[in-house]
Amino acid sequence: MNPGFYVTPEQLVRDRAEFARKGIARGRSILAMEYEKGVLMLAENPGGSLHKISEVYDRIAFAGVGRYNEFETLRKAGIRQADVMGYLYSRDDVTALGLATAFSQTLGVIFSHETKPFEVELLICELGENGQPNQMLQISYDGTLLEGRGVVAIGGKADILGEGLRERFRDGLELDAALRLGMKVFAETERRPLDGWEAAVLERGPARRCFRRLAGPELERASAQALSS
Amino acid sequence: MTELPQWGLSLGAPTPGASFSDLLESLGLAPEWKVPASPTRELHAPEGTTVLASRYRDGVIIGGDRQATEGHLIAHRRIRKVYPSDRMSAVAVAGTAGLALEMVRLFSVELEHYEKIEGSMLSLEGKANFLARLVRAQLPLAFQGLAVVPLFAGYDRRADLGRVYTFDVVGGRYEEHDYGAAGSGAVQARAYLRTAWRPQMSEDQIIERVMGALVAAADVDVATGGPDLRRGILPNLVVIDRGGVREISDDRLTEVATTSMREGR
Repeated sequence: MNPGFYVTPEQLVRDRAEFARKGIARGRSILAMEYEKGVLMLAENPGGSLHKISEVYDRIAFAGVGRYNEFETLRKAGIRQADVMGYLYSRDDVTALGLATAFSQTLGVIFSHETKPFEVELLICELGENGQPNQMLQISYDGTLLEGRGVVAIGGKADILGEGLRERFRDGLELDAALRLGMKVFAETERRPLDGWEAAVLERGPARRCFRRLAGPELERASAQALSS
Repeated sequence: MTELPQWGLSLGAPTPGASFSDLLESLGLAPEWKVPASPTRELHAPEGTTVLASRYRDGVIIGGDRQATEGHLIAHRRIRKVYPSDRMSAVAVAGTAGLALEMVRLFSVELEHYEKIEGSMLSLEGKANFLARLVRAQLPLAFQGLAVVPLFAGYDRRADLGRVYTFDVVGGRYEEHDYGAAGSGAVQARAYLRTAWRPQMSEDQIIERVMGALVAAADVDVATGGPDLRRGILPNLVVIDRGGVREISDDRLTEVATTSMREGR
């Protein structure tokens, strides 16, 4: 067997990280913020059928940026894990932290073992129950797990988006206001015409499944108001 | 996809990928619908009694009494036999209660799992077919006297109407044009509806008739538990219309049950 050239672990990790970051930077970003009744997730998405934000469990949602096929594989694996756990034990035993840890381990293993790392960043949000705070967990391409509060952004322009949002964000925003704020920050960050939105909320209410997609008219109204002012 | 080490999520999917029960099977976790052949004593397990479903003007209604019996004894007075299986459908079960409830749980997770993985709901017929498959899987148990017979009702958004499905013990699936019932009091419930049922009834009317049918079933069938106002035990009724699944409130049920029982005297 050809031993090949020696590459130091530092170099290897640096190369892989750079590769993954470049891939992620090509895609569009996603942001999430808490509002009065739960958590809002907002993405720029030109089409209507390829979702970046979706339901994982009763109070848990998933968002992914980067390569579609890669975060979609992870999303489905997460849903499988959640549904199996909830069926075997109880629906209360499925938590965002458990899922995020599984994602983080998976991405960590892929980052160091596979021929190419996944070019994705994930965000797992969970609606707090009985007065518990909401949870926003961010997982990057190498498996790094971070916990956010109030506002979280993922993707290539996450830093600028997050900064712009944090300046104007306050607790207890109404859904409409939160949506307008998110869209405005998006527009200011991108500095180009935006082509279509995808938004969903985890909303406190009587229903067991708290995930709800925001549909056409609701989004268009907010968008028109946000971009005109 | 190359094999990953043991930790982390499994990224491969069992075929066809969106089915939860296939996933359980591939993991070796599927519930076993079997008991050892010819046990020395006959098995006795609590059984649920009367459930029924009917179409009406705006959709479908599905309901059941609350009693489970074990031989000549009442095993449970407040068991629940009607469950919303997702936002647009509900399932009710008669027969061996323990198996039936497990079947409902698996069925509900199956529908939700499919919806989340695929991003869209199964068609109503698809849901009914899947339920038929679950019933058929229990055939070995049915031969040992542990049968489960569900009823399924839902709103078909594509055709814009409510549909009722009945099943038999071998997994046969039949769509009913008007109403269907299952369980020990089913004959009485159907007999009542045969004279009381009209096409295009309003929600108020159908709730009244379905309550009447349950009261009639409880009147003749000893295993069926009628509304018990003294203990505050009322049947479960669920309606499904264009807007989705809705449970009828206890206050409304008390009112209708009181009238029904006065008339039945």
